[in-house]
Amino acid sequence: MSAVFDTNPATAAPIEGYRPVAPVVERDGATAVVDADHVYYRELNEAIQQLVADGVRDLTIRGVNGQRYIGNGLTETDLRIRIQGVPGQDLGMFLGGPVIDVDTNAQDGVGNTMESGEICVHGSAGDVVGYGMRGGRILIRGDAGYRVGIHMKQYQNQLPEVIIGGKARDFFGEYMAGGRLVLLDLNSQLAGPALGNYTGTGMHGGEIFVRGTVDACLCGREVGVVPATPEQLETIRPLVTRYCEAFGADADGIMSQTFTRIAPVSSRPYGNLYCSM
Amino acid sequence: MINYLQPEFHVDIDYDRCHKCGRCAGQCGWGVYSFVERPLPDDAKCRACHRCVTFCPAHCITIKRSDLAYRENPNWPIRARKGVWRQAASGGVLLTSMGSDAPRGSIFDALTLDACQVTNPSIDPLREPMETRTVIGKRPRALGERVPKDWAGRLTLSTPILFAPMSFGSVSLNVHKSMAMAAKRLGTFMNTGEGGLHADLYPYQDNVIVQVASGRFGVTPEYLERGAAIEIKVGQGAKPGIGGHLPGEKINAEVSTTRMIPQGTDAISPAPHHDIYSIEDLRQLIYSLKEASGYKPVGVKIAAVHNVGAIASGIVRAGADYVYLDGMNGGTGAAPAVIRDHVGIPVELALAVVDQRLRDEGIRNEASIIVAGSIKSSADLAKALALGADAVALGSATLLALGCHLCQSCHTGCCSWGLTTQKPELTRRLDPEEGAQRLVNLVSAWTHELQEILGALGVNAVESLRGSRDRLRAIGLDAQTCEILGVAPAGR
Repeated sequence: MSAVFDTNPATAAPIEGYRPVAPVVERDGATAVVDADHVYYRELNEAIQQLVADGVRDLTIRGVNGQRYIGNGLTETDLRIRIQGVPGQDLGMFLGGPVIDVDTNAQDGVGNTMESGEICVHGSAGDVVGYGMRGGRILIRGDAGYRVGIHMKQYQNQLPEVIIGGKARDFFGEYMAGGRLVLLDLNSQLAGPALGNYTGTGMHGGEIFVRGTVDACLCGREVGVVPATPEQLETIRPLVTRYCEAFGADADGIMSQTFTRIAPVSSRPYGNLYCSM
Repeated sequence: MINYLQPEFHVDIDYDRCHKCGRCAGQCGWGVYSFVERPLPDDAKCRACHRCVTFCPAHCITIKRSDLAYRENPNWPIRARKGVWRQAASGGVLLTSMGSDAPRGSIFDALTLDACQVTNPSIDPLREPMETRTVIGKRPRALGERVPKDWAGRLTLSTPILFAPMSFGSVSLNVHKSMAMAAKRLGTFMNTGEGGLHADLYPYQDNVIVQVASGRFGVTPEYLERGAAIEIKVGQGAKPGIGGHLPGEKINAEVSTTRMIPQGTDAISPAPHHDIYSIEDLRQLIYSLKEASGYKPVGVKIAAVHNVGAIASGIVRAGADYVYLDGMNGGTGAAPAVIRDHVGIPVELALAVVDQRLRDEGIRNEASIIVAGSIKSSADLAKALALGADAVALGSATLLALGCHLCQSCHTGCCSWGLTTQKPELTRRLDPEEGAQRLVNLVSAWTHELQEILGALGVNAVESLRGSRDRLRAIGLDAQTCEILGVAPAGR
C-alpha cells in the first residue's frame, strides 16, 4: 500500500488558494504593514517573526484569511499587531506580552495557553477561547463557541481574564482552576440562554460572572450559582470598562445590572474520591 | 468500622542483634516504628520498601510476608477480597502506583535473539567499533530525497535509551536533577513530564524534552524555548484514557513554581486535551508548537490501546517527529488500580503493529518510535529494537536505579527513598550527584550489553538491528500472537 496522500511538505501540492511565498511588506521604522493576501501561514508567520526580531513594534496584517498561528509564542510586551480579516486557528497561542487586535471574527483556539498580553476580537470567536490560559486578557465583542476558558488557571500575580459580549456554548469554564470569565449576553446572534450545558464542570478555582440569571441545571455540581454581591461585582469593573472602551458600550449601565457568580464550592473537588491500596 | 484488612507484611526484628540505635524509626517514611528503648513496629503500616532493612547497621530486620492463612479459593484471590473490603469501608476508587502487578507475564521474555555461527561471523565489540548512536526525528524516504526545512529538527542520542517522562511533583526535584545530569553526561534526554521545568534544570536544557499535557502546567513560551524537543502527552500506559491528578498535598512551594499554580490546590489534568478532538486538531497543536518554538521536533506520547496502529498512523500524518508508545505495564505516580491493571495492551504488540502499519503505508521514515512500559533489561531493549523501535524510555528502571523497591506507594507521597515525595526530610535522601552516577552506570552497562548483543548478531550498528524481526524467535506464544509480532516460532 502506498501513502494515501503526500505528507511531505516539500513535495506535496500547495493548499489551493495559498502560495508559499513571502508576503509583501511596507516598512517605516518600527511600523510595518504586511499583505497576507493568498500567502500561506508558514511564510506569513516567518515574515512576522522576522519583522518583530528586526524591531517592528506596530504591525498591521492586511488581507488575513484563515492563516493559522498568527502571533504564536511572541513575547515582546511593546508589540501591537492589528489584524484585518479573519485569522485562523490558534491565534496568539502561548502569547507572552503583545497586544493583538482583530477587526472582525476569529476562529478556534484564540489565546490558547496564553501567558500575558491582550487579544481583542471585534466580532465573534470560535471554540476553545483561552484554553489553559494563565494570564493576560481576551475581549470578544460578540459570541464565543464551545469550551471557552477550559482549565484557565492563575498563579501569583497572573490572573487571566476573558470577557465575552454575547453568549457562549457548552462547557464554559470546565475544569477552571483560576482567573475570571465574564459573559455579558448583549448583542448576541445566538438564540437560547447565555450559557450552554456543563458550565463549570470540574471547576476548582477562579470565578465566572454572567449578566442576568443562570439556570443552575446548566452548571456542573462542583459549582455554586448565586447572585454576585456588589463587592464581588466591583472586581470585574476594570475588565468591563476595558471592554466598553474597546467596543464602545456603557460600562456604568452594564455594571448597574444584576450578575450571577459561578464559583467552585471546593478547591479539592476530587479530594475524597480515592482509597489508597 | 472494624478494619477487616490484616497486615500484609510482618516486620521481624531480632532484638538480640539490634543495636537499639533507632535508625529504622528515623528512616521509615510510613511511620511503622515507634521507639521505646527498642524499635516497636506496627506491621499494618509496612509497605515492604526495605528502607529500614537497608540502613539497619545490625542487619537484624527482616520483612516477611504475613503467614496469615486465608481459605483458598482460586476464583476469589486474596487481592480481590481485599479490594472489596477496602472499598466497602471507604467507598473510594482504589488508588495505586507504579506498573501493573497483574500476573500476565512479559512477551519480551517469550522472545529470544539470534546469533551468528560459522557461516556469518559475529563481531567482538571490545575490538571493533559498535555504533549505538540513534537519531530521533524525520528522515528522507530514500537517499538524496529533498527534505523540507521543517523536517530538520532531530534529536541525537548516544545510545537508544532515554529517561521516561516523570513530572516534578510526582517525583522529587532531586530525581529530576539526577536524570538531567545523567542525560547530559550520557548524551541522551530526560523528559519533564507534565509538571514544568524547574530553574535548577536550565543548565541541562539541551538534554531535556519538555512535555505539554492537557493541564498545560508550566507551559510558557520560555518553557518551549528551553526544551530540546516538545512532547504532547495524550496518554500514559498505566492509565490510558484518564487524566492526571496530583493531590494538593504534593503541591508545595517548589512544585507550585514550576507548575505555575497556587500551593495546595489539586493539579488536575483533564483526560483529553480539549483542543484535540481529531487528528486534524492534533496536527494543529503539533504545528502550533512548531511555529512557537522555531520548528523543534514535536513528539506525541500515547498509551498502547487496541486500535494503536491506526492512531499512530494518524499521529505521523499529523506531522509528529516521533511517536512514543507506552505499554500497559508502564508505571505511574498514581492511578486507579482498575485502569492500571485492565486497560490497554502490552507494548510489544503495540510496537509490532505500529511499525508494520507505518511501513505498509510508506511513512515509517517520517517519525521515530520510542517505546516504554516495563523495559526491564538490555535484553528487552534489544528485542524492542528488533521489533521496530528506534529507542526505549526508562521510567520504572530509572526509579529502581535511584533506590525504588517497587512498593507501589508513590501516591501516598511518603516515599522512604525520597523519590516520589515532596517532604524535604525525605527528598534530601537522594543526592543528585550520586543519583546521576547510578543512572549513568545503568545506561552505560545496558549499552555495553547491547553492543555485545549486536556483536553476537553480526551487526555493528543499532540501525542494522532496527526492525529485524527475523532475528527474533518466539517460545510458547500462540500462532496469532507470533503473526502479529511478525516473529517466527523458535525452530522455524
